[in-house]
Amino acid sequence: MKYSIFSLARNARSYHERWPLAWRSPAPRPRYDAVIVGGGGHGLASAYYLAREHGIANVAVLEKGYIGGGNTGRNTTIVRSNYHLDPNAHFYELSLKLWEKLAQDLNFNVMYSARGVLNLVHSPADLDAAMRRGNAMRLNGIDAKFLTRNEIARSIPNLDCGADARFPILGGLLQPRGGTVRHDAVAWGYARAADARGVDIIQQCAVTGIRIESGAIAGVKTTQGFIATNKLALAVAGHSSHLAAMAGLKLPIESHVLQAMVSEPVKPVLDTVVTSGAVHFYISQSDKGELVMGGDLDFYNSYAQRGNLPIIEHVVSACLALFPSFGRLKLMRTWGGIMDMTMDGSPIIAKLPVKGLYMTGGWCYGGFKATPASGFCLAHTIARDEPHPLNAAFTLERFAEGRTIDEKGAGPYAWAH
Amino acid sequence: MLLIPCPWCGPRSQIEFTYGGDATVRRPALDAPEDEWARYVYVRDNPMGPHDEWWTHSSGCRQWCVVRRDTRTHEILGSAEPSRAPGQA
Repeated sequence: MKYSIFSLARNARSYHERWPLAWRSPAPRPRYDAVIVGGGGHGLASAYYLAREHGIANVAVLEKGYIGGGNTGRNTTIVRSNYHLDPNAHFYELSLKLWEKLAQDLNFNVMYSARGVLNLVHSPADLDAAMRRGNAMRLNGIDAKFLTRNEIARSIPNLDCGADARFPILGGLLQPRGGTVRHDAVAWGYARAADARGVDIIQQCAVTGIRIESGAIAGVKTTQGFIATNKLALAVAGHSSHLAAMAGLKLPIESHVLQAMVSEPVKPVLDTVVTSGAVHFYISQSDKGELVMGGDLDFYNSYAQRGNLPIIEHVVSACLALFPSFGRLKLMRTWGGIMDMTMDGSPIIAKLPVKGLYMTGGWCYGGFKATPASGFCLAHTIARDEPHPLNAAFTLERFAEGRTIDEKGAGPYAWAH
Repeated sequence: MLLIPCPWCGPRSQIEFTYGGDATVRRPALDAPEDEWARYVYVRDNPMGPHDEWWTHSSGCRQWCVVRRDTRTHEILGSAEPSRAPGQA
């Protein structure tokens, strides 16, 4: 059923009790043309674009829990493409362009809000880096605008822009088209649209092994039995090492926990996304009114989906230094998600060294905003057995070849990116 | 909060420590082939379960130690000074 004002009116007459399910829950078939492991945004988007762009609809998406119950439901919903290096800039700009049209594309309101993403500048070195990155973005055709301290003080009145602030603000780099997207809606929208094109979404189905015959993928063992396929894609960021190990591969990835937190909901007080690299802090206000905040990793390997108090204290103290008026708010909820931290801070969307095996992963802090482009590029890679030009640089081999894409210049320390 | 048992100072809060990563990787011989060096620099086991890892007591005695910690639960299973840690020279 197409969602529209008419379907809404029709269903209002039956007290909204007769809406059809948004997607089926079929039992797995014995064989698929392609199987995607991971029913988060990336896996569902990959299945959707496989069906839409490449006509491959005999596809299963296997999810060990429920749709969108992993990192898709744990991120802080920010989308942007304010990158310096060319491969990142072009890839994330495709993603942002797909975000802008996604609600119409999927016939599902994903609540894209182009409220702007502002990176604060606190020092002359910050200023040089922001100018350099802003110019690089504009050369790549991406919107970037430098705001002075006075312009920021006018547009974000509760941000402490005073000369005696704990972290004085010299200005900021704004990407006006950046903003937020409702994360759950992304999973639900892609799931519904993929299902409508014939993709089987199989929940409560964990992969327990990968069958390889003469160097090529033959299928996956799951908690719902063996499923045969010659094309298997991993979209399980956070657990990529774990799944790749089932195919005998080791990755340049460590899993780390990243925390986020929300305040109690209040009326609108902040209409843009504010980040500070120097203070390791970012904040936005959700449509429900909660202030959504985050900062650094906990800085130790983890699969625990929960972090510890020192980072929460750091994030909250950074928040209060920048926004003193938020000191009266209560923190309502904190949680953690597991990140695939790669050795250069950039993702891996590529063919793996087993015939018929593909992955999208290594998303570090930034997987959510990449969801549409990751799915688009992975679908292309699966269908054609070769990368799309926009993910051609994100190979597994780039590390050994010395072609790392190190946006921050932090070197081979997974937790430093 | 992690309570890390420093072999010299006893159990101390995690905020006194700095993480140093996987303690099982070994520097190859200088004339080792390039792919061995690439594995050393970039590739990690990233285990789901017990993990031997470097920590330095940076706000304490400033010594390095090897801690074995379960990455699924954050439970600390033990620690040792480098010369006595399993697998360390």
